Amino acid sequence: MFDRRLVQYFDWGLLCLTAVIAFIGLITLYSAVSAGTSTPQKVFYLKQLIWFIIGLTAMIISFLFHYKALERWAGVIYAFCIVLLISVLFFGRYVGGSRRWLTISSVSLQPSELVKIATIIVLAKYYSNLAKTTGLKMKDLFIPCILVAVPFILIVKQPDLGTAMLILLIAGSMTFFVKIERRTLIYITIFCGITVPSIWFFLKEYQKQRILTFLDPDRDPLGTGYHIIQSKIAIGSGMLYGKGFLKGTQNAFSFLPEEHTDFIFAVLAEEWGFAGSAVLLFILLMLIVCGLNIAYGCRDSFGTILSVGITTMLTWEIFINIGMVAGIVPVVGVPLPFISYGGSSVLTVMISIGILMNVSMRRFKHQ
Amino acid sequence: MIDSFRSGTSYLKTADSEWYNQRLYLAFFCTMAAFAVLFVRLFYLQVIAGNEFRRLSENNCIRLQTIAPQRGLIFDRNGTLLVNNRPSFDLGIILKDAKPVENTINRLSTYTSIPLKELKEKIARAKCASYKPIILQKDIGRDLLARIEAHKFDLPGVVVDVKPRRHYIYRYSGTHIIGYLGEINADELKAAQYTGCKSGDFIGRFGVEKAQDDFFRGKRGGRQVEVNAAGQVIRVLKTVESKPGHNVYLTIDHVLQKKAEDLLDNRAGAVLAIIPSSGEILVMASSPSFDQNSFVSGMSHKEWDALITNPFRPMENKAIQGEYPPASAYKIITAIAGLEEGVIDENTTFFCPGHYRYGNRVYRCWKRAGHGSVNVVKALAESCDVFFYQVGQKLGIDRLAWYAKACGLGSCTGINLDHEADGLVPTANWKKQRTGVSWQGGETLSVAIGQGYNLATPLQMLILISAVANGGTIYKPLIIKTIETAEGEIVRKSAPLIAGKLPVSPKVMELVKKGLWKVVNDRKGTAWKSRLDGMEICGKTGTAQVVSRKKDDSFSEEERSFFLKPHAWFVAYAPSVDPEIAVAVIVEHGEHGSSTAAPVASEVIRTYFEGRTEEIVNNVR
Repeated sequence: MFDRRLVQYFDWGLLCLTAVIAFIGLITLYSAVSAGTSTPQKVFYLKQLIWFIIGLTAMIISFLFHYKALERWAGVIYAFCIVLLISVLFFGRYVGGSRRWLTISSVSLQPSELVKIATIIVLAKYYSNLAKTTGLKMKDLFIPCILVAVPFILIVKQPDLGTAMLILLIAGSMTFFVKIERRTLIYITIFCGITVPSIWFFLKEYQKQRILTFLDPDRDPLGTGYHIIQSKIAIGSGMLYGKGFLKGTQNAFSFLPEEHTDFIFAVLAEEWGFAGSAVLLFILLMLIVCGLNIAYGCRDSFGTILSVGITTMLTWEIFINIGMVAGIVPVVGVPLPFISYGGSSVLTVMISIGILMNVSMRRFKHQ
Repeated sequence: MIDSFRSGTSYLKTADSEWYNQRLYLAFFCTMAAFAVLFVRLFYLQVIAGNEFRRLSENNCIRLQTIAPQRGLIFDRNGTLLVNNRPSFDLGIILKDAKPVENTINRLSTYTSIPLKELKEKIARAKCASYKPIILQKDIGRDLLARIEAHKFDLPGVVVDVKPRRHYIYRYSGTHIIGYLGEINADELKAAQYTGCKSGDFIGRFGVEKAQDDFFRGKRGGRQVEVNAAGQVIRVLKTVESKPGHNVYLTIDHVLQKKAEDLLDNRAGAVLAIIPSSGEILVMASSPSFDQNSFVSGMSHKEWDALITNPFRPMENKAIQGEYPPASAYKIITAIAGLEEGVIDENTTFFCPGHYRYGNRVYRCWKRAGHGSVNVVKALAESCDVFFYQVGQKLGIDRLAWYAKACGLGSCTGINLDHEADGLVPTANWKKQRTGVSWQGGETLSVAIGQGYNLATPLQMLILISAVANGGTIYKPLIIKTIETAEGEIVRKSAPLIAGKLPVSPKVMELVKKGLWKVVNDRKGTAWKSRLDGMEICGKTGTAQVVSRKKDDSFSEEERSFFLKPHAWFVAYAPSVDPEIAVAVIVEHGEHGSSTAAPVASEVIRTYFEGRTEEIVNNVR
């Protein structure tokens, strides 16, 4: 049953990259939580370490079985995650005005993270049966719209606009990857061109204000606008070589918001400078290219689309998070994969890598 | 192996690997573009603009300062300003800017003559050294402010924060209804009710200040500023103005309120007045009072202890928190119950020899010589106990209790203030549950004249007499007239709310009113001495026996005998036809309703009509 070739084709490069990024993440997190004045935060570091170990187990499980099983079970996985999302709305824990976490004894889980993978799997299954070189027609897009709308609405309800939009972006990218027929694309563009401005017309004044502030943080100089300034100062002040490990000052006096979660890249950039952030960026790019290469090497459409979906998810998360901290993308709560603190994020990323490995090590099996 | 081989054929038909690989080149290109954007952005921030950002980070130059909002103002019903805010200056120090700290505080101590030891203690107490200012002295005077400003450049890191501070214009007046503020505590900071509040904020703790806190609060503003190495602001980058809170107009009439407070003259007690046709409270005075301003500026432990251990309970709003036996004022209810249930009618007379025998006990009338033959009107006018003993006995406790509850006793009136007491309407069941002993017939007699287990708040008695005055409608008492934005736009306007009806027919109402008229306007009435010329008052006196008081050895013999004196009640309305005002007065240990409480009520009524109608003369002076 167990093929020797599985070991032979195991993607050691991907594993190494993952280990290196996880190591950088832990170091940065250590700096982010220990330079601050309040001591109990150090517990975050240990918690993250434990989550990485749990994540490692999940990763191994994710590549043990053949990924075709994911195609067979796609519907069940998707339904299970949707049930989790619905139960968050009812039993979720309130934190800062939103319900995002399900708490089972002492472990908190964010189902909106897991639902990203579920959506990718279910879309990959649907598109793999349908893709043709001419592109998708309007009627082909109906079911994917429903499949994405359900988790999207449920996550907006929490509310967690960042994750909801991320799912939209991932699904959109996957759809573009399998190609949309030209005429359909034109129709969709015209449709969006008309509906989006007319939605604006129906919004209430405070809703418009909120969207404007979202697009332009300077409109909120005491909140988001200030955070972005501080984060840009942190990044910029790192200059070429950085201030040195644990020597970041913006971080030390809590001038950075949520320095261990969404704004953690600023901590790294301040302490390691352009040299450090460019290296991280390069390693992350290598990971992404690795993912695309797995899709390239895969011979079946489900595996290809699946790998592309996962790689797209990682790319968007990296781009949005770093772009937001650097002040070129609106501020939404999207974590930086591997680096940001958060159990669900780590778990999701590790499962994603596991699935990529799965596709990678079974690429030659059918020749 | 077999499994994968079988599925092999099924997916090959769609898998056009070549085509997918072409699409992948596109994806690869997009990814590279995205990373290039990030790369360029980081290069710009860290290399090209790096020097400027390094400079800004050096001293954490870009900071936020908050602009505290003006708390909403409080006016009386006629627009007299009762509470406003004054600017106050808080002296603080930012340790990170005050380098070297030792020298700075030495200089600060000499300039301000605040002892060095005190400054050091305050700094040591504020644990962490950061960019948040540590408050050294709140509300410094203008002199001190001038001295600090003059030496500004010698004092790096020393900051003076301007904050609006609550100012209660009429000290000791309207205290309990207006309420006071207190600094927000750690638990409240976490509560959803107080989102947007920061530590150091003052929130309403009592009275209207608490009940309408969310309206008063306003919205905090702030400034993004750039500071120099000494922590002094060199540039304001952006400002968000604070938004003042809403202004509140009370239903209180300040002149009348002040008059009532003067009449109470620091005796423990309460005076309330209401407009019977709408339920708007005109007066809610509770005595003794205290200075709300001392809650804002902070008071010493000693002052606080003195306030809370004062036997006359100045912190309590006696109008809604004080529970007293309603005494003879309760006879209004007994009369209504008796007439409505048909156990008596307008012609029923009882003979009062000055006492009434029930079982093997003798229940006395307050008038030892007796009232002779009395009907219900005379019984009310002269407050004959013996008459009402017999009515109560015929009704039985539970019927009487039903009427008392229907008249609003035993439950909160629903006034929008905290700590309202609900009083007590005893029933046979209640006593059985409470004490395990069955109800004794004799106890009904005590209840019928408002004694025994009966308890009512002055506000409940006010609502009762107000309902009698307007012909039977129980209104929910209102204390807020309107709430307006700082610009004068009305956001909330109170309208009369009917809470219930007295269980009484018009005919019975007339009889009761006749009795109440005679209380004041009949030569034999108990409040004859408090009548006014030119204004007919109707009312009911009450003298509440203080039955049990816990033995307290800290009181002297003289004090103890004072605390055993009965409470004096008077509830009234005027004029007798189409009443415009209803009043309730209680003076703790004031002995007789007729001699202590009634004159206060009649003077309040006289003041209310002063200048509105023809001259009203208080002929008893």
